[in-house]
Amino acid sequence: MSLDDLYREVILDHYRNPRRRGSLEHPDAHAEGQNPLCGDEISLDVALDGDRVADVRILGRGCSISQASASMMAEAVAGKTLAEIADLTHRFKAMMEIEEGDPGIDETRPGAALGDLEALRGVRRFPVRIKCADLPWATLAEALGGRLPT
Amino acid sequence: MSGLARLRGDFPILSREMSGRPLVYLDSAATTQKPVQVLEAMDVFYRQHNANVHRGAYALAEEATSLYEAARAKVAAFIHAASPREVVFTRGTTSAINTVAYGWGLNRLLPGDRILLTTMEHHANVVPWQLIARHTGAELVYLPMDADFQLDTAALAGVLDERVKVVGITGMSNVLGTIPPVAEVTAAARRVGAITVVDAAQLVPHLPTDVGALGADFLAFSAHKMLGPTGIGALWGRPDRLESMEPAEGGGEMIRDVDFHASTWADVPQKFEAGTPPIAEAIGFGAAVDYLSAVGMEAVRSHEADLAAYALARLAEVPGLTVYGPADVGQRGGVISFTLADIHPHDLATILDQQGVAIRAGHHCARPLHRVLDVPATARASFYVYNTHDDADALIAALGEARRLFGVP
Repeated sequence: MSLDDLYREVILDHYRNPRRRGSLEHPDAHAEGQNPLCGDEISLDVALDGDRVADVRILGRGCSISQASASMMAEAVAGKTLAEIADLTHRFKAMMEIEEGDPGIDETRPGAALGDLEALRGVRRFPVRIKCADLPWATLAEALGGRLPT
Repeated sequence: MSGLARLRGDFPILSREMSGRPLVYLDSAATTQKPVQVLEAMDVFYRQHNANVHRGAYALAEEATSLYEAARAKVAAFIHAASPREVVFTRGTTSAINTVAYGWGLNRLLPGDRILLTTMEHHANVVPWQLIARHTGAELVYLPMDADFQLDTAALAGVLDERVKVVGITGMSNVLGTIPPVAEVTAAARRVGAITVVDAAQLVPHLPTDVGALGADFLAFSAHKMLGPTGIGALWGRPDRLESMEPAEGGGEMIRDVDFHASTWADVPQKFEAGTPPIAEAIGFGAAVDYLSAVGMEAVRSHEADLAAYALARLAEVPGLTVYGPADVGQRGGVISFTLADIHPHDLATILDQQGVAIRAGHHCARPLHRVLDVPATARASFYVYNTHDDADALIAALGEARRLFGVP
């Protein structure tokens, strides 16, 4: 496992040019997440349209892994239904070996592709950094609370 | 380069490899590595002398007690205390400061009283006082630092008056490496009748320490930051302060007599050592003090000043690198905190780790200071007796790799 596999170009791109950065004036859901070990911070706003995430905006600061993960997640979940987001979350956590499960991508299922998030696969080999990658997902789950199907 | 490289052979862990590279250990401000002399002293105790202290009527218990008390005498002599009775064994610096906060502060501070701290304190010299302030109604005030990362003693007059009952000050910042003028502050505190508590976790391991010259009322430090084991440290106190201070913890070992509703305390220092102490650790602490004494603390200081000067000069060559701490080696120790361009310190730590270089990243238990510095985190390289110029060179090379990975010009 080399560092070049961890710090992939796409990760540095999301770190330096975070997508969907900002906040919403009237969010339907909001949560803040911190990783006290690293000092990573995420503030996340969600606008819902029925069972669909119409918009998601993120502010934060921290290491490249946490901030890139946040940016990639924001891109991946915007426009998705809550069921799709729950599925995506399981797939991401399975890929990071945070949860048991099949990280395999079934392209026939809508919303199943991890896309850029695949680039975070290398983080698995750096156990102390997995929490960084997971922080935005944990924050999203907190924001959506009981709305996410299990 | 000073001649302490010969000591490296005493530290077995330094011959380890990490990620296929020789370990370059630059996190001694967090904890230091241990020489065989310390490991053996603890091993011999368990193999040949183990018994509880201050209790048994048999010869083995007497041996254990003698070794434990001999360690106390060594620690006392190391900081030039007048008597071993002025040294209380604690779990470490944090526990020592809490002993004063709860034993002295809780019983004496009143609403409106002030506790003066510096903005560069470690959480260990902040949070106990916040707890005491909450209990007593006292309030916290802070002495700022100047543009050169040194304590702004000119601001003392504005914050230090008769309302201040306690002054807490670090002997050396664990982030900036700054060595504040402690004696100047303790003298000013005395003039207004305040007691001073020195967080000496980074002072005693790195500089010759004379408690009389510092003029403090209490001094707290940890064994594990000076080649000794974890789980033990010391609180030095002025004899009259220790006599009049209440114990923060009750239990066995610290009593003279116990009745159903009240008890009387043992003499100082046992009054503050409730329960069975970490005996082997105390003996290891004594062995660490022996080791440092044999090296000589003047030699330790000049070795680290040399390393700091060398490392700072090399770091100054790295484009995009910012050091947070005094440039003047006469005002600082071998703790160097920095940031590099837009590379987050945790990314730096991961990248350096892959090259065998162990540094710390984060706020180093000094969040308030990082708020003043206006950075969420810093990377920190800290040097000790076993480090060399080669270690500083390895750091610089590893930072080059970080710049390449992040495409920092």
